Amino acid sequence: MTVKVFYNDVNVGDEMPAWSRQTDFMHWNRYAAVNDEFVPFHMDDEAGRKANNEQGAFGMGNLRYAYIVNALQDWIGDEAEIREVGCQYRAINQKHDVLTVTARVTDKKQDGDANLIFLETNVVNQEDQGTCPGHAVLVLPQRP
Amino acid sequence: MAELQESLVTEDMGTRKGVWSDGRRAPPIARSDIRRWAIATYWPEEPPRIYWDDEYAATTRYGSIIAPPDFNPFAWPVQRMRTPPGAAAAPDGRRLTSMNGGQTDTYGEPMRADDVITSRSRLRDWEERQGRNGLTLFVYNETEWRNQDDKLVRLRVSTGVQFEAGHKR
Repeated sequence: MTVKVFYNDVNVGDEMPAWSRQTDFMHWNRYAAVNDEFVPFHMDDEAGRKANNEQGAFGMGNLRYAYIVNALQDWIGDEAEIREVGCQYRAINQKHDVLTVTARVTDKKQDGDANLIFLETNVVNQEDQGTCPGHAVLVLPQRP
Repeated sequence: MAELQESLVTEDMGTRKGVWSDGRRAPPIARSDIRRWAIATYWPEEPPRIYWDDEYAATTRYGSIIAPPDFNPFAWPVQRMRTPPGAAAAPDGRRLTSMNGGQTDTYGEPMRADDVITSRSRLRDWEERQGRNGLTLFVYNETEWRNQDDKLVRLRVSTGVQFEAGHKR
């Protein structure tokens, strides 16, 4: 049992360590297999082009969402909890994109027993384009 | 040249607004499904032990393996849900392009092996705006998951984006 981040140690403006994945069919097919998400434009270049993406097949929004959740969870560890995560899908996840989840603390406050941290999040590609702006609320333990 | 649409909101949407669907029940969550989900979403790195290592999980505040927050116990249904009629067509019947615009999930109780999750959904609201795809309809659906003890597991507000087919993104 290890606490990775204490509420007391987090300040507005702090940034979460970056968390990255280079995505392609190896990632998308595994995700399709667990989420039963065999949508043609995620599976096949021709279907992707028919869906107006000239580069072909593209990645699932749900997988990008999973990356945000995983990045937050890796940062805070198992003794803290994710209360809320939201995002908007603004750009396509192209094949071989390097996606990096970023998060910056925008606020912190105590609500009853809960020590809340508020963050603005995004998933940025290798061209530094934000593809998925959003927010998160975390509950962190307090340093004894 | 296509005529300009005055509204993409259908009569059916007005009928469905705010009305919860009948509950759907997922099969009991299997430990191997949790492990596989974690492997897929952390690929190619090793997923955290809380998702697959009993011994480790027993030392955490959860006391046992839990599922990742985004885990979907409703994947792989034997009987497929049908898309509600009119969900992707304009009032005049023209086909609309539908896209996943995003979501906000609020989490409650974590999901664990053997949990049985029940889901219900409703059309919460919508708004129309002119955008790069022409007249665009943003549809907000709400989906609530509860476990076998009727504790809230997750509340999702998802945004569906619909616009007339043929507009380039």
